[in-house]
Amino acid sequence: MPMLETKLQPLAVLEPDSDTEYRPGRILLLTLKRELRLALRRRSDLVNPLIFFLMVATLFPLGVSPEPSVLATLAPGVVWVAALLSTLLAMDSLFRSDYEDGSLEQILLSPQPLFVVVFGKVLAHWMMTGLPLTLMAPLIGVMLFLPAEGMGGLVLSLLIGTPTLSLVGAIGAALTVGLRKGGVLISLLVLPLYIPVLIFGTAAVEAAVTGLPVAGHLALLGALLALGAALAPLAIAAALRISVSG
Amino acid sequence: MPRWFYQLASPRWCYQITGKLLPGFAIAAGLLILFGTVWGLAFAPPDYQQGNSFRIIYLHVPTAYMAQSIYMTMALAGAIGLIWKMKVADMVAKSCAPIGASLAVLALATGAIWGKPTWGSWWVWDARLTSMLILLFLYLGIMALNSAIESESTAAQSTAVLALVGLVNIPIIKYSVDWWNTLHQPATFKITEKPAMPPDMWIPLLILVIGFYCFFAVVLMMRLRNEIIRRERRSGWVRELLMQQRG
Repeated sequence: MPMLETKLQPLAVLEPDSDTEYRPGRILLLTLKRELRLALRRRSDLVNPLIFFLMVATLFPLGVSPEPSVLATLAPGVVWVAALLSTLLAMDSLFRSDYEDGSLEQILLSPQPLFVVVFGKVLAHWMMTGLPLTLMAPLIGVMLFLPAEGMGGLVLSLLIGTPTLSLVGAIGAALTVGLRKGGVLISLLVLPLYIPVLIFGTAAVEAAVTGLPVAGHLALLGALLALGAALAPLAIAAALRISVSG
Repeated sequence: MPRWFYQLASPRWCYQITGKLLPGFAIAAGLLILFGTVWGLAFAPPDYQQGNSFRIIYLHVPTAYMAQSIYMTMALAGAIGLIWKMKVADMVAKSCAPIGASLAVLALATGAIWGKPTWGSWWVWDARLTSMLILLFLYLGIMALNSAIESESTAAQSTAVLALVGLVNIPIIKYSVDWWNTLHQPATFKITEKPAMPPDMWIPLLILVIGFYCFFAVVLMMRLRNEIIRRERRSGWVRELLMQQRG
C-alpha cells in the first residue's frame, strides 16, 4: 500500500541529535516569523481593529457632546475602552484559522514546548493589534482634546497595558476556539478580567494629565504584564489542549 | 491519598453519602436561618445612626460571603477535576456556578435596598458593590461557557480553567477596584462608621452566616445528586435505584 505510506508521512521529521533546533529562543523566533508572515498576507485583518478603534472613539463626541472640556475629561477612559474593545475584536482570529486548517493540532502534537509557541503567537498578535493601536492612540487623543501633557502617559500605558490584554484575551480565545459562536462568548469571559488593566491604564493617563507622577501606575501595569506573561501562556496551553481534544 | 478521597470519585458512593448527609444539613440550615433571622430582625438593638434599616445586614452579609466562598469552592472543585480527572468534582463545580450567581444577585439586590436609605440612591459605584458585580460577571461567563460546549467533559475542563484564571484575578480585581474608588471619590460613600458591634448584633449575624453555609451545602448536594443521576442514567445502579423507587 504505497499510497497509505505516503499519506502517513510526518509533516516535520524529527532530528533527535540536533537538539540545538529546539532551543526555546529559536522556537519563539520561528513562531514569531511564521505568525507575522501569515498576518501580513491578510492585511484587512490588520486594519479592521484599527478602523474599529477609530469608529468607537468617533461615537463618543456624537453621543455625548462635542464640547472640548467634556471630551477632555472623558478622553482617557474613552481611548482605553476603545482600545480594549478593538483588542477583543481581534482576539477571535488568534487561533481560529490555525484551528480550521488543522495546523493547531500539529502545533499541539509537536515536541516543542507549547508555552513558548503560544507565547510567540500572542506576541505576534500583539505586534499586529496592540502595537498599532498604541501608535494610533495619540491621534484619537487629539480628536478627543486630550491635553498634550497626557499623550506620553497614554502611549506608555497602552504600550505596557495592551500586551496584558492580548495575553488574557488569548485565554478566552483558546477556550472558545472549537465553538462556532465564539465571538460574543469571548467578550463575556474576558471583559471582567480586563478591568484591572483598564483601571490602572486610565489612572496613568489621568495622572499624566494632572501632572502627577505616572511611574507608579505604569509599574502596576508592568506588574500585571509580568504576571500575565508568566501565567497566561500556561492557561492558554491548557485551554488549547482541552478545546482541541474535546 | 486517603481512602475517602478515592471513594469521593465514585458517583454512586457520593450519591449515597450525600443522601445520608442531606437531612442533617437541611435541618441545621433551617433552624440556624430561622433563629438568626428572628433574633436579628426582631430582637437585636437598632443601630444608633441607621436605626432599623441596618437590619438588612443579616441578609446582605451572609449572601455576599457566600457568593465569594462559592467561587472558591467552584475553583477548587474545578482544579481537583482537572488534576485527578474526577467526574464528581466536575459535577460539584458545575453545580456551584448557578448557586453562586444567584447569591451574588441577592447580595447586590440587598445592597441596593440598603443603599437607598443609607446613601440616598439605589446604586453607587462603591468599590465593594463594583467588585461584587464583577464577581457576578465572572459567574455568568463561566455559566455561558459551560452551556456553549456540548461535550460534558470538555465543558467541565474548560470552565475549570476559566474558574482558576478568575481565581487568580479576583484579588487583583478587588484591589484595583478599591484603589480606583479611593482615587475618584475619597470616602464620600462610606457606610456610617459603626461602633464595634455589640454581641447582640453580631451573634445573630454569625449564626446566619453559618446557616447560609449549611444552606449552600444543602442546595449543592441537591444539585449534585440531580447531576449524578442525570449523567449516570445509563448505569446499572441508577436503574436499580429507579426500580426500587417505583416499588
